[in-house]
Amino acid sequence: MMPTTPTIRDPALAAKLYRSMVLIREFEQALDQLFASGAIRGTAHFCVGQEATAVGVSAALQAGDYVISYHRGHGHFIAQGGDPARIMAELFGKATGYSGGRGGSQHVSSFEHGFLGSNGITGGGIPVGTGAALALKLQRRNGVVAVFFGDGAANQGAFHESLNLGSLWKLPVVYLCENNLYSMFTHLRESTSVGHIADRAAAYGMPGQIVDGNDLVEVFNAARQAVQRARDGQGPSLIECKTYRMLGHSKSDKRAYRTREEEASWQAHDPITLFRKRMLDERILTPESLTAIEGEVDRQVEQAVRFARESPFPPARGLEESVYA
Amino acid sequence: MPELFYSHAVRDALREEMARDPRVFLMGEDISYGSAFGVTKGLVEEFGTERVRNTPVSEEVIVGAGIGAALLGCRPVVEIMFMDFILLALDQLLNHGAKYHFMYGDQARVPLVVRTPAGARRGYGPTHSQSLDSILLTLPGVKVAVPATPADAKGLLKTAIRDDNPVVFIENKTLYGRRGDVPEGEHLVPFGRARIAREGSNATVVATGQMVEDALAAAQALAGDGIEIEVVDPRTLRPLDMPAILESVQKTAHLVIAEEGHRTGGVGAEIAARVSEEAFYYLDGPIRRVAARDIPIPCSEPLERYVIPGAADIIKAVKETLNAST
Ligand SMILES: Cc1ncc(C[n+]2csc(CCOP(=O)(O)OP(=O)(O)O)c2C)c(N)n1
Ligand SMILES: [Mg+2]
Repeated sequence: MMPTTPTIRDPALAAKLYRSMVLIREFEQALDQLFASGAIRGTAHFCVGQEATAVGVSAALQAGDYVISYHRGHGHFIAQGGDPARIMAELFGKATGYSGGRGGSQHVSSFEHGFLGSNGITGGGIPVGTGAALALKLQRRNGVVAVFFGDGAANQGAFHESLNLGSLWKLPVVYLCENNLYSMFTHLRESTSVGHIADRAAAYGMPGQIVDGNDLVEVFNAARQAVQRARDGQGPSLIECKTYRMLGHSKSDKRAYRTREEEASWQAHDPITLFRKRMLDERILTPESLTAIEGEVDRQVEQAVRFARESPFPPARGLEESVYA
Repeated sequence: MPELFYSHAVRDALREEMARDPRVFLMGEDISYGSAFGVTKGLVEEFGTERVRNTPVSEEVIVGAGIGAALLGCRPVVEIMFMDFILLALDQLLNHGAKYHFMYGDQARVPLVVRTPAGARRGYGPTHSQSLDSILLTLPGVKVAVPATPADAKGLLKTAIRDDNPVVFIENKTLYGRRGDVPEGEHLVPFGRARIAREGSNATVVATGQMVEDALAAAQALAGDGIEIEVVDPRTLRPLDMPAILESVQKTAHLVIAEEGHRTGGVGAEIAARVSEEAFYYLDGPIRRVAARDIPIPCSEPLERYVIPGAADIIKAVKETLNAST
C-alpha cells in the first residue's frame, strides 16, 4: 500500500528522520555486539527492523506530547531525542545512565524528552500511558500521549481495560501496537484470537488502522491523523504497525522458532533501505547527504560506547534515599 | 544416583508426573519452547500440544484458567515466566484459588501448581529479579515450596502435583545451572519436612532457596574460625517445619534467617516471630535476619550486590548474634 503522494518533502525533516533511524539501528547493533562480547550483563531487547515506527510516531508529536514505551524501548527513547550516550551508560550500569544504573535496558526514562519510560512488565505501560493522557486532559494541556506496546501485550487484561477507559473518557491518547509477529518465541497465530490487533479497536469504539510499520511515511501519516484527532478531543485511536524484529527476542536467542526464509523476506522490506531509496528516487535527499549522515552516526555511536565505558559505576551507599520522593 | 542440573530435575518431575497421570497438563508463555530458561524443552515432543499448551501473555487467565480446570478434575501445572509477573495473577490465585476449598467445602479442590523462577544476581533489574515468597504467605490457602537442590526440586514438584491444593513452586534462576545427585523414579519429598543441610552446634541458619548455598559457603568460612553453624533448609514455607527449626535452635541457642526476598514482612520476620514466641528462653543472642534491603532490585552490578544478600552477610550476622551473647 504505497500512498501516492509522500508527505515528507522537506529535505531537513527527511534528513532528520533518516538520521534518527540510522542512529537507532547502529546503537542496537553496537549493543548486540557488546552483549555478545560480555561487556554488558543482564539483558536487552533490540528493535533492529522496527525503527520506522518509533521515528514515524515521534515525528508526528510536538513539544508537550509524551511517549510511553515497553521492554523494546531504546528506539522510542532515541526517536524522542534521548542521548544515546546516556542510554548506553544505563546499559553498562553506570552512574551517568538515565536511571543511574538502577533501571538498565528496560527501565529508563527522561520526562524532559517527553519519554515516560520503558518497562519490563508486558502491557504495564498501557494503563500508565492512559493515565498520563488523563492528566493532560484534566490540566487542559493540549498534549497527546503515544502508548507503544507489542502484539503480545495486546493479550493482557491491561490492554483491554485501558482501551475501554481511554475511549469512554475520550482521552488524548494514541495506542500504537508494534506487531512484529512474535511474542518471544510464540507466533501471533498461536497467541492471538484475531489476525489483526487493529480489529480490536471496534470493541472499544475507536478507529483501528493497519499500517506498514516499515514504511516511515505511512507510519508518520497515520500517526499525525490520530494525534490530531486525540488533540481535538475526539479520543483515542489504535494503530497497528505491521513490522518485524530482525534480531532475536533478546540477547542470545538463536531464533529456532522461525525460518531464515521468513527473515529474508522481511530483510528485503527493511525500513531504512525503503526510506533511503524513496528519498533518493524522489530527489529529496542526495546520496552525499545520506552518506554524510551515516558517517556522523557512526562516530556518535562510537562516542556513546566510549562514554559508557569510561563512566564510573554508581556508589551503592545511600541507595535507600532513591526509593521515596 | 545420576547427577542432574536443577532445571533437568524439574523437567524430569514434570515428565514423570505427566506419564503417570493423564490429568496433568502444562500451560504457560512459550512453554513448548522451554520458556525463558529452557526448563520445559522437549516436553511438547513427548506429550503433544494438547498437554503442553502455549498461552498468550496473559498471566491472570493462565492462573485463573488453571484454577478452573483444576476444579473440574484436571491437574494443571502452569508457569509464570518470572516470579515478578505473579503479581498480575494474584487476584485469581489469592481471592479465588486459595479460598475455594474453604468457601465451597469438599466439593471444591484446586490441585494447581504454579511454577515460577525467582531471584536476582543476573542484572535483570527491578521487574525481573524479585523473590516474592512472603507475599504468598501473608494470605492462607496456598502452599509454597522453595527447593534449593536438584533432588528437592524433583521430589517437591512431584509432591506438589499430587497435592489437592494450590501450590506455588518457586524455582531459583541461579540454581537452574547447579548439578546435584537426584534419585531416579518415585522420589517424593514430603511438604513440611526441613532438611538439615549441615550440622553444627554454635548457631542455626535457616536459609531458603539460593541462600542455602550461601549459608553453606558461610559455614565453611566460619568453620575456619571454629564456629560450627547448622544450616536448616525448610524446603516448604507453608507448611513450615517449625519443630525442626525449634529443635535446632534449642541445640545452638542462636538463630540467623537468610532469604533473598525483602526484609520487611519477609519470611525471616515470620520465622523470627515464631521462634521468639516458642523458644525465647532457649536463645542466647538476638535473632538476626539476612535479607534484601528494602530497595527495588537495581540492574547495575555494584548496586545489585548492595541490595541482595550473600554469604558475607550471613557470616556477619552469625558473628553478631554470637558476640552479643558473650
Ligand atoms: C507481565 C509479563 N509477562 C511476561 C513477560 C515476559 N516477556 C517479555 S517480552 C515478552 C513478549 C512480548 O511480546 P510483544 O508484546 O509482542 O513485544 P515484542 O517482544 O515482540 O516486542 C514476554 C512474554 C514480561 N516481561 N512481563
Ligand atoms: Mg511482538
